[in-house]
Amino acid sequence: MAAHSINEPSRRQKTIAGTLVIAYALITMIPLAWIFITGFKSPSDAIAYPPKIVFEPTLEGYVNLFTQRTRQTQEFLDANPPEAWYDEIVRQYDMVIVGPSKFGERFLNSVIIGFGSTFLSVFLGTLAAYAFSRFRIPLADDLLFFILSTRMMPPIAVAIPIFLMYRELGLSDTHLGMILLYTAVNISLAVWLLKGFIDEIPREYEEAALIDGYTRFQAFYKIVLPQAATGIASTAIFCLIFAWNEYAFAVLLTSGTAQTAPPFIPTIIGVGGLDWPAVAAGATLFLVPVMVFTIVLRKHLLRGITFGAVRK
Amino acid sequence: MADSTMDRVAQATPPKVAHKIKGLSDRAIAWIFVGPTIFLLLAINIFPLIWTINLSFTNFRANRPNREVDYVGLRNYERILTDSDIWMTMQATAHFLFWTIALQVVIGFALAYLINKKFKGNDLWTTIIVLPMMLSPAVVGNFWTFLYQPQIGVFNYIISFFTGADPSSFEMIGSVTLAPWAIIIVDTWMWTPFVMLICLAGLRSIPDYIYEAAEIDRASKFRQFWTITVPMVLPFLMLAVLFRGIENFKMFDLVVQLTGGGPGTVTELTSINLKREAFEKWRTGYASAYAIILFVTVFGLASIYVKALNKVKER
Repeated sequence: MAAHSINEPSRRQKTIAGTLVIAYALITMIPLAWIFITGFKSPSDAIAYPPKIVFEPTLEGYVNLFTQRTRQTQEFLDANPPEAWYDEIVRQYDMVIVGPSKFGERFLNSVIIGFGSTFLSVFLGTLAAYAFSRFRIPLADDLLFFILSTRMMPPIAVAIPIFLMYRELGLSDTHLGMILLYTAVNISLAVWLLKGFIDEIPREYEEAALIDGYTRFQAFYKIVLPQAATGIASTAIFCLIFAWNEYAFAVLLTSGTAQTAPPFIPTIIGVGGLDWPAVAAGATLFLVPVMVFTIVLRKHLLRGITFGAVRK
Repeated sequence: MADSTMDRVAQATPPKVAHKIKGLSDRAIAWIFVGPTIFLLLAINIFPLIWTINLSFTNFRANRPNREVDYVGLRNYERILTDSDIWMTMQATAHFLFWTIALQVVIGFALAYLINKKFKGNDLWTTIIVLPMMLSPAVVGNFWTFLYQPQIGVFNYIISFFTGADPSSFEMIGSVTLAPWAIIIVDTWMWTPFVMLICLAGLRSIPDYIYEAAEIDRASKFRQFWTITVPMVLPFLMLAVLFRGIENFKMFDLVVQLTGGGPGTVTELTSINLKREAFEKWRTGYASAYAIILFVTVFGLASIYVKALNKVKER
């Protein structure tokens, strides 16, 4: 097509565009790279000025992140030789490890609540989206708008009555309570995204299946579900990212048992203030899963974010 | 729709086959499928909303559940709307909203425009640019306080490296004039990619033939940009502004970790102010009225905006 070449950017345009975008991307990466490298610094290197780019890497931050330590006398240290490499790291400061920190537990809470609520919101969202896409539901447009509008509430505004309600029901600071709450927040997104995906699957497939004697249920899970698999997967990613990163509800409604990692990481205190290498180590471990997801699933990202407005 | 599907199927098939469509009726299935979602939203959104409205007329305090609760009528609302501190908070929020949206729209659109030039490797760089919006605002905000440290922070170091200023001469988070900018910078870093992605969707939705027609009419590139590209992307851009506006109006996690509302109250946005009233001062009734006012504001502004958006779309 000759006409097509008119719109094809020239080589020079491409070079300029590429340079500018790469420059922006590199600036964007500085804070992330800094989190990553700070996790491998010693506390003194972390606060050195000018900031150190070349330094001797250590796992001190990670050891501090996962353990609780206490100061010991020289006699005690001499009498009890270090047992493992991580013991040696804390001994430089006359400390011994007395047990695990709460980080592991909080991280596990993030996993349970994140995946639990993602599963539930995608499960319920798929059913609702299918119904909205295929059946005649009274006031469907209003219901859909209502579902979306639940996202407009500031979390703090919802948190007051939820706090009171959960206290009555015994759901405060429980995994179940947080899973239900995050599901309710995410379901609006799930229904909207999935409806877009299911709308695109031709109805003829199910109609053929119904004629063949399938029930609606069978047609739904044998025909529609496999077709919607990619859509379901990308919806799940968005729900998981939200539940994984949520902070406001976690900090207001949980105090220990069910607290996730985001409220915990900023509270890792070392000697004289925040223990920056440990905070950075915690942040790195927490951010990595999301980064990996983003990179692996980047193709679906654009479609997901625009409610399927872009068809590729 | 479903009924008509069934009708069509029934008409098109002999009675014997039509009879074979078995199982629950479509109406029953529709209710089974939609029911749980509606129930959950009613339980976790609507019921609490009604409860909040009820609490907003009382002097209830959640930390003293046994104290007698009095209905005080509209007094909470009256106090909020005449409180000068709350107007300061609103101003801080408006300032934050204006600058974050302005910067994100300009940078986001520019990036999308450049990426749409389809240079080599743009997919990889786009993915890198998008990373910040996928991360936890609280964790990221907390770490930025480290980057902003005047003595040891990388941010101050880089700025002073390029400007020659003494890095300890400006304290982003500690200064009354710079603290609002400290949060604007981080928010822009995190959320520009979102605006960019939506603009990119808009740019990709413009069919090539429109440019081809313009080319035949000998319209200049500049003219094509202003008469084709911008108007075609505008609805997408407005949608991005809507989402960012709603999100930033409820902004909480990032700011709590970054500045905690300080110094003083210069970065105390409405959500943080509300949290203070509800969960530190425990003035639950008062905070409920505050929450309702905020909700009505967002909902009202969003509805007006959506109307405008639909008008733009129709053009």
